[in-house]
Amino acid sequence: MRNTWIIFRRELRSYFSSPLAYAVMAGFLLIAGFFFYAILTSFLNTALRSEMQAQYYRMAPPPINVNLMALRPFFHNLAVVLIFTVPLITMRLYAEEFRNGTIELLMTSPVRNWETVLGKALAAFVLYASLIAGTLVYAAILFLSGKPEPGQIITSYIGLLLLGGAFVAVGIFLSTLTENQIVAGFLTIILLLLFWVVGWADEFAGPGVGSVLAYVSLLSHFDEFAKGVIDLKDVVLYLSFIGFFLFLTHLSLESKRWRTR
Amino acid sequence: MIDISHLTKVYGTKTAVQDITFSVGRGEILGFLGPNAAGKTTTMRILTCFMPATSGRASIAGFDVFGQSMEVRRRIGYLPENPPLYSEMTVEKYLAFVGGIKGMDPRLLKTRVPEVMERTSIRTEAGRIIKHLSKGYRQRVGIAQALIHNPEVLILDEPTVGLDPKQIIEVRELIRGLGGDHTIILSTHILPEVSMTCSRVIIINEGRIVASDTTENLTRRLRGSDNLYVEVEGPEESVETRIRALGGVTAVSRRKTEKRRGNGYLIETEIGVDVRRDLAALVVGQGWGLLEMRPVGMSLEEVFLHLTTREEEVPA
Ligand SMILES: Nc1ncnc2c1ncn2[C@@H]1O[C@H](COP(=O)(O)OP(=O)(O)OP(=O)(O)O)[C@@H](O)[C@H]1O
Ligand SMILES: [Mg+2]
Repeated sequence: MRNTWIIFRRELRSYFSSPLAYAVMAGFLLIAGFFFYAILTSFLNTALRSEMQAQYYRMAPPPINVNLMALRPFFHNLAVVLIFTVPLITMRLYAEEFRNGTIELLMTSPVRNWETVLGKALAAFVLYASLIAGTLVYAAILFLSGKPEPGQIITSYIGLLLLGGAFVAVGIFLSTLTENQIVAGFLTIILLLLFWVVGWADEFAGPGVGSVLAYVSLLSHFDEFAKGVIDLKDVVLYLSFIGFFLFLTHLSLESKRWRTR
Repeated sequence: MIDISHLTKVYGTKTAVQDITFSVGRGEILGFLGPNAAGKTTTMRILTCFMPATSGRASIAGFDVFGQSMEVRRRIGYLPENPPLYSEMTVEKYLAFVGGIKGMDPRLLKTRVPEVMERTSIRTEAGRIIKHLSKGYRQRVGIAQALIHNPEVLILDEPTVGLDPKQIIEVRELIRGLGGDHTIILSTHILPEVSMTCSRVIIINEGRIVASDTTENLTRRLRGSDNLYVEVEGPEESVETRIRALGGVTAVSRRKTEKRRGNGYLIETEIGVDVRRDLAALVVGQGWGLLEMRPVGMSLEEVFLHLTTREEEVPA
């Protein structure tokens, strides 16, 4: 555990001493801000129109829900943007060690592979969490100007953390497969996109296959959180997904040591 | 302290190391000498548990590098061919990090890091970012990193590469000073380095050990044998075989000449035997032309070249 902590600290410091972390953060918050603005204005337009209609027909205005109509699409868009953001964070984790030869230091030190895997994954996750924390500003704006339901916002953020954890786990695994960061990042984007779109297969695949595919679709589970629902089976899915990919990462590193030719 | 037996490493179809056996005693400094692609780095990577051997065994302090790799890793300091540096860290932080993953007590590190920087003369660079250091200083940080936890065994892959002459001398002195307390294997393809720092030498070529002896013996063996350089005008093949057939000649190898006429031959003879008279008689008797003849003391370089190029000469 001490080794994990040492690796974690070095990795995190390395993130914040490179411009990439700041560039990713700035870019992500910018895009998130744009979505927030676009979705909120379209929501306000809708709200205004229904208000005017209500006045015209001299009826009570219909209840409109900022949580369902603005927040849910906002979080959904955020999740899609993350498919392209998280790989930028994870792609260097092992690829860079292979490229610089520092892997030779790690693998000849009395540190187990799973200890470095955990340390690195945690560091990437903390960077990811601070990225997500940046979007709390937008949530705060909602609270200043209206009365959104806090429960759904909280579940959405829990969902984002779990989703991000799963993305990080995929990214760190693919980063062990190549010494080229760009390739690692690209592969991660492709795989994450696949995990997203398999959810759509629900509609055209047979009921059996479709529901399996829908189950492994990372984003469809996130939608439950964005609706304000925490279901144990979604949490379990994310956690086992994370565990599975971290284990694969460990195996991938071990195989480098065990391969005899 | 270090035992290697029948070690073989195959990469795909390429055999990098073939059936190597040797051992290094406690406190010894072993020079691992060989030309490019001889298999030095490969052997070291196996010893440091970085990669497994295809077959054969290796152990350090009685622990198998494959089966008990954690025990081995605790006991070694390793300077890989390319120093494993995190370029965005400062020298000080980097050394503390390495000490940490080697299992050192953080309190001990506070005094150990400056100590190691002192020994490798990088004290002045303590707060600098590694990326901004010159190649020579980076190499020294690499050496410092291998020393940080005061390991029993040091494995140094070309430790003086990239250093300027003054630094080379300093590093060699440092390594010499470390012998006794530490068991050291260092690889190099520079001969004087071996004679200056090592107590024993293993010469490796194309994955095989071609010579193994104490530095003194090897040097004496080389200086001791009498060598003769001749340039003869005549049919290359038969000149070589006839010379080889002379009494007292142990080996003949061809040498390049700058001159158009004649071919150069390096003749090794038994110690104390002078073949010059017989040789001259042979050449004249055959009607060949004797263009040059001079005795040469074989330098360590030549021995090295001789030992490592013999393979190719046999089929000719
Ligand atoms: N990862 C690898 N995959 C395939 N072949 C390799 C690999 N590493 C080394 N080799 C081959 O193994 C042989 C020995 O290489 P090695 O690096 O051990 O030589 P070396 O003695 O360290 O040489 P140098 O003095 O150039 O460092 C070379 O022919 C090399 O091409
Ligand atoms: Mg080498």
